[in-house]
Amino acid sequence: MSTSPLTSPDLPRASSVEPPAIEARGVHVRLGSSDILRGVDLTVERGEVVALLGANGSGKSTLVKSLVGIVPLAAGHVRLLGSDLGPRVPWAHLGYVPQRVSAQTGVPSTAEEVVASGLLHGRRIRLPRGWRATAREALDRVGLADRAQSAVHELSGGQQQRVLIARALARSPELLILDEPVAGVDQPSQEAFAATLTELTRGGMTVLVVLHELGALAPLIQRCVVLRHGLVVHDGEPPHATAAHAGPDHEHLHPHGDDAEHGASAGIDMGLIDAPLTHHNPAPARIDRGAAS
Amino acid sequence: MNALDELVGMLSDPFMQRALIAAVLVGVTAPVMGTYLVQRKLSLLGDGIGHVALTGVALGWLVGGAMGVVPDDALAIPGAVVAAVIGSVIIEIVRERGRTSGDVALALMFYGGIAGGVLLIGVAGGSSGNLMQYLFGSISSVSPTDLWLTLILGVLILAVGMGLRAALFAVSYDEEFSRASGLPVRALNIAIAVIAALTVTVAMRVVGLLLVSALMIVPVAIAQLVTISFRRTMALAMVIGVVVCVVGLSVTYWQTLSPGATIVVLAIALYAVVAVLRPVLVRRRPRTAHDPHPDIPDDVHVEGGERCSA
Repeated sequence: MSTSPLTSPDLPRASSVEPPAIEARGVHVRLGSSDILRGVDLTVERGEVVALLGANGSGKSTLVKSLVGIVPLAAGHVRLLGSDLGPRVPWAHLGYVPQRVSAQTGVPSTAEEVVASGLLHGRRIRLPRGWRATAREALDRVGLADRAQSAVHELSGGQQQRVLIARALARSPELLILDEPVAGVDQPSQEAFAATLTELTRGGMTVLVVLHELGALAPLIQRCVVLRHGLVVHDGEPPHATAAHAGPDHEHLHPHGDDAEHGASAGIDMGLIDAPLTHHNPAPARIDRGAAS
Repeated sequence: MNALDELVGMLSDPFMQRALIAAVLVGVTAPVMGTYLVQRKLSLLGDGIGHVALTGVALGWLVGGAMGVVPDDALAIPGAVVAAVIGSVIIEIVRERGRTSGDVALALMFYGGIAGGVLLIGVAGGSSGNLMQYLFGSISSVSPTDLWLTLILGVLILAVGMGLRAALFAVSYDEEFSRASGLPVRALNIAIAVIAALTVTVAMRVVGLLLVSALMIVPVAIAQLVTISFRRTMALAMVIGVVVCVVGLSVTYWQTLSPGATIVVLAIALYAVVAVLRPVLVRRRPRTAHDPHPDIPDDVHVEGGERCSA
């Protein structure tokens, strides 16, 4: 592969230029019998704010999951913050915000406990000293300082999403990867999120954010990458707002058209399921645990 | 003074002393791993491991007999430990694959475990009656050796279950996020499964393999009726576990009842009481009793800024 200089795993390169935050080459992801990603290249430089756009089923959620090691690569190569995906990645400097998991029914847990789990990474499997203060600080950054002792399942959807963002911020990452952070989120939380993200990017944080539409985040986005059927079809200036929705082959994957509520789109981009079959299910379809709810 | 004499009598009975120590150990340890299993919606995992452990009991018996070990069931508990650990790792691997057939694979293991136990005990020259004490517990026959094994395993369970609480919570709460944090997710998952297996074998003597899962899960179910944090749920479940184990066992000192069944019935009765009293118990937290998010005007964003009332 043409990227062989990048793939030599052992030698830490002494170049004065910092390596890109994300460097993905030829990413293929196959789930079951379907090719979700078919050779995606993506580079995000340090300090960039990049939006990943695409219709439901285009593979954007799967792409970010493969970038952070949740979904295995069938082929291709990913480097994060200059290290090959794996134990060598400086996980302390990377924050990942998943799509909000629908109502948890497990053991009750407080926002503080959930956020504190963001302080664990790589080989650090015990909480550091002062974890409580750090967790509160992260909750404060998303405007939930007063909810530290609230049970997460009693918070609104938007607040739960903010807790997940605080969990990623708790370790003070350099690179933040967010998967549809505003899908199905109430308006005040969307605005709070946009304000938080503005502040973070001003501080030089690198951001890759999966979005269904640019919306309130449009002023922040420096570059847009558009996926369609597992391939990058656009990489550059933010496209016109409706461009991503105007493709001729778009309609069958998105039968509700533009009037689909944000909530309806939340269930689909889990990436692990066949998109059209579950499209009408508004709740994210979690299929990984076999037990009855 | 009569009641006190009775109590002293109970506490000075060496069988009862050992049984009480075992009951305390089991009451403390079982809910620790139970909390993680409830979090992962694997409440019945303990049950499944218990089934597999039965084959281990019979296998230990068979090996012990072949080696001419003096009490022919001396290797029953080590056998159960080995079988439960192997079974739990297999269950975890099946779960990780996440196939829909995993459900069927687990069922095959569970019933294979029971059937294998009954068959092997026959081969070893025993009858399925010999298995009864493992199926339903036999706390009154806990030997000093059993007690030491229980103690060692109990310390191990507490050390891992509480020492690694943050990491085990993280992986139980959100496995994908833990993976995206570079945590050793598979090792942590296997740790939970293996420690759960050890818990099953520890609790086996007290409540029996068929009721082990109840002791892991029911205290947690009771605790989470009144708690809102993971840490407090676990702590309260441990207290409840000790209380029901000790009270249930003590009852059977005077009444001829099965200790295991008494403990479990007691726990379930407690669940019912707490569930009924719950509105009273949680009222002291006004924030959760009222609108949990009053600062949020509406969750539905309607074009044009209108708000629909729910």
